[in-house]
Amino acid sequence: MGLLSLAIWTPIAFGVVLLALGRDDQAPMVRWIALVGAVVGLAVTVPLYTGFKLGTAALQFVEKAPWIENFNIHYHLGVDGISLWLVLLTAFINVVVIVASWESITTRVNQYMGAFLILSGLMIGVFSAQDAMLFYVFFEATLIPMYLIIGIWGGPNKIYAAFKFFLYTLLGSLLMLVALIYLYTVSGGSFALADWYQLPLSGTAQTLLFFAFFAAFAVKVPMWPVHTWLPDVHVEAPTGGSAVLAAIMLKLGAYGFLRFSLPILPDASHEWAWLMIALSLVAVIYVGLVAMVQQDMKKLVAYSSVAHMGFVTLGFFVFSDLGVSGGIVQMIAHGFVSAAMFLGIGVLYDRVHSREIADYGGVVNTMPKFAAFALLFTMANCGLPGTAGFVGEWMVILAAVKANFWIGLLAASALIFGAAYSLWMYKRVYLGAVGNDNVKNLIDLNAREFLVMAVLALAVLFMGVYPKPFTDVMDASVAELLRHVAVSKLPQ
Amino acid sequence: MIDKLSWVAAYPEILLLTMACVIALADLTVKTPLRGATYVLTLLSLGAVALLLGMAAVSGTTTLGFGGMIVSDPMGNWLKCFATIAMMITLVYGRGYAGQRDMMRGGEMFTLAMFALLGMFVMISGHNFLVIYLGLELLTLSSYALVALRRDDVQATEAAMKYFVLGALASGFLLYGLSMVYGATGSLALPEVMQSIAGGEATLKGSAQVLTLGLVFVVAGLAFKLGVVPFHMWVPDVYHGAPTAITLMIGGAPKLAAFAIVIRLLVEGLQPLAFDWQQMLAVLAVMSLLVGNFAAIAQTNLKRMLAFSTIAQMGFMLLGLLAGVVNGDTGNMANAYSSSMFYVITYVLTTLGTFGVILLLSRSGFESENISDLAGLNQRSPLYAGVMAICMFSLAGVPPLVGFYAKLSVLQALLASSGAFYVGLAVFAVIMSLIGAFYYLRLVKVMYFDAPTQTADIEAGLDARSVLSVNGALVLLLGILPGGLMALCAQAVAALLA
Repeated sequence: MGLLSLAIWTPIAFGVVLLALGRDDQAPMVRWIALVGAVVGLAVTVPLYTGFKLGTAALQFVEKAPWIENFNIHYHLGVDGISLWLVLLTAFINVVVIVASWESITTRVNQYMGAFLILSGLMIGVFSAQDAMLFYVFFEATLIPMYLIIGIWGGPNKIYAAFKFFLYTLLGSLLMLVALIYLYTVSGGSFALADWYQLPLSGTAQTLLFFAFFAAFAVKVPMWPVHTWLPDVHVEAPTGGSAVLAAIMLKLGAYGFLRFSLPILPDASHEWAWLMIALSLVAVIYVGLVAMVQQDMKKLVAYSSVAHMGFVTLGFFVFSDLGVSGGIVQMIAHGFVSAAMFLGIGVLYDRVHSREIADYGGVVNTMPKFAAFALLFTMANCGLPGTAGFVGEWMVILAAVKANFWIGLLAASALIFGAAYSLWMYKRVYLGAVGNDNVKNLIDLNAREFLVMAVLALAVLFMGVYPKPFTDVMDASVAELLRHVAVSKLPQ
Repeated sequence: MIDKLSWVAAYPEILLLTMACVIALADLTVKTPLRGATYVLTLLSLGAVALLLGMAAVSGTTTLGFGGMIVSDPMGNWLKCFATIAMMITLVYGRGYAGQRDMMRGGEMFTLAMFALLGMFVMISGHNFLVIYLGLELLTLSSYALVALRRDDVQATEAAMKYFVLGALASGFLLYGLSMVYGATGSLALPEVMQSIAGGEATLKGSAQVLTLGLVFVVAGLAFKLGVVPFHMWVPDVYHGAPTAITLMIGGAPKLAAFAIVIRLLVEGLQPLAFDWQQMLAVLAVMSLLVGNFAAIAQTNLKRMLAFSTIAQMGFMLLGLLAGVVNGDTGNMANAYSSSMFYVITYVLTTLGTFGVILLLSRSGFESENISDLAGLNQRSPLYAGVMAICMFSLAGVPPLVGFYAKLSVLQALLASSGAFYVGLAVFAVIMSLIGAFYYLRLVKVMYFDAPTQTADIEAGLDARSVLSVNGALVLLLGILPGGLMALCAQAVAALLA
């Protein structure tokens, strides 16, 4: 069994064991097993980083075995510079989320922990699959645990949110399924991504396929105007669910653009880049403005996620080294920052049971340690230099300015909105005089919460100060991708 | 003559018939209320039959028997083997349920089930119009009696009457159609009918219209048996009215036999008319997907919802059958028919799990048949809720469950035929599965998100519980490793077409 298989199946195996425990009368033991599973899952991804060869765009840690021979589907795994950090991020966030949900989840703990472990394994599978059908199976399978997480442990309107999440994303992915089978047919019976990268496709076919993939990935990212599911789902999902959703699941869509749309359909990607850039700019600016007027903290962060993911797609579709790398860096940074933001809201929610900004005020007086962390993450969310949030956005804006000054200007202006809604929320929740009795009775972070916040804070600062380990890994792969995208695949 | 009978082709049928008679007699001495001895004996006999069939199927040989009246080929043997196993599972799930509902005053349920299974065998093995028809009648007559088994129950009696009247009508359709085909081709044997049409003799005689009209009746008769729109009216009523154990007996294994006769009649017998019957199947499939999925959303009764879901699923299965011959090109046949075969086998497996949960949740005086009866099932029994959820996600076509690969292979067969019409059908089918996902998900929602309304302990025998766990696990495991079953279907269909 290769390292990637271990990274996928370790958490899933632990998750299945937890589910098999049946009723939840052993919550403490279940939590520890889950933690062990997540930590082991993270540990087996470490050799992926230490053993990763820089300077090559080739796939590494490749595993390939026939899976469904009738359809020539292979169990084909491998990572390159684009997916490596996403795999690591997934395993990392899984540990964080399990620690963060330690006390806040008290009902059906084994199912909750099991669902997160299985979800984490499946998402690593998405990032390492090199066979389109394997990708699709992992991509779709993530819906099941997430649906249950939202529906069982969610807020008052959880059922609406769970259905909206499932059906919205299913519609997109089913259209992608038709596209995948079509590509299988025209490629003469292969689901291997490497084969599809070499496949000549007519302009019409490329356009149709582009929109089929768009349906799946844009919903997942989510891009404006198909982002409406995200705020509803975030508000209702339990804290851990929101964190994983924002930190990892949104990246599945953006990753899909890089793995499918760009390299398989380079001509359509160039042809429709204007549309993608326009939608990204709308996300960055308009959704940023929408975020500003939110009364609910989770909703605000959800809209800010849409805006931040707008930078990612914008970076991808300007087709430059800087833009694509910036987009990927932004994905990873947003993984850390959004997880931290949602877990921070979770800390408050566990104490006060409200997400309304108006129910807080002056939290800094009673929770100084927590307020300090929150300030760091808020700064990262508005892209302050020295934090993770800055690096990716800066790269994308530079790339956009190089491509077209006006696009760059519009994108840069969004930073102002980002600062506005983040800082304004911080002011209303944390600063000022103590707002009410709830806030007065708040108790500062306990050791476990402190640990979670500290680990995320370190990650955010490290990535902001020293982004080299992240960018080094992806250079070769991004360059190779862009070389590939520059070549037309229209039949001569 | 007697040495040409090739008894070997009919060994499983002979064994089954013998054991059915033996058990009918042996049951006279059984006095226990749950008929333990009859039950064990039936399962053992069916196990032996399944083993025999499995061995015959693995050997991969094709034998004609009784002067070409019946055939023993890999496809038939696998389908018979799976039908036998499905019947065994049905009996395991249904025994407790039937016992509580006064359906086991005698051992008729077991004997009738075996005769129904024998009818399926004959349908599947039939290589001649009349033999196929005989098998069909044996199956349906046993089914009528099974539905009416709970004779003091108004609903069940009404369902039996409905089933009988409509079933008899359908049999009439089929027989009428077959007689016209006989008139046009002068033969009842499948290979001769095929040759006669392919060689142009049937159409030369100026009987092309008779042939086509006959085909219309044959397809209508088959559509009745499959329960696809517009011949679906009996399905919800019978599913709802019949005792749940019998619903499973009708909705499970017989689907395999219905699939087999579609292949035997339309592919082995009337393949040269593929252009005509594919058009008819396309209409049936599209309407079934529409009516089945939309009507299922509106149901509050679980059994009715599953009945409409069956209609939709059968419509999806038909899509595979109509992608075989495109513009006279028969290259896609093996691919298309094996995808449908995979679809129907996995559908039966999933249906068994679904009804298994419903059966085990029922108890004396309480039918667990409303969707709301499943509320909060996850808190009462994570195992049952888990099995049901796996089955629902599978029927919705979500990977990594087996239903996804069934849909994948049918869609792939459609797109491999490369025509705008087929691509359109594929997109339509995909949108319909999205609508289908809604009501399957709703059931998951009821089990996992809602608070329980029932608090009674769930009591079920160890046999039923362990079989249910294996059943649920299979839906998941076949989803993770579907390759073997797919290859099996492909080989079986390839042997059939060779």
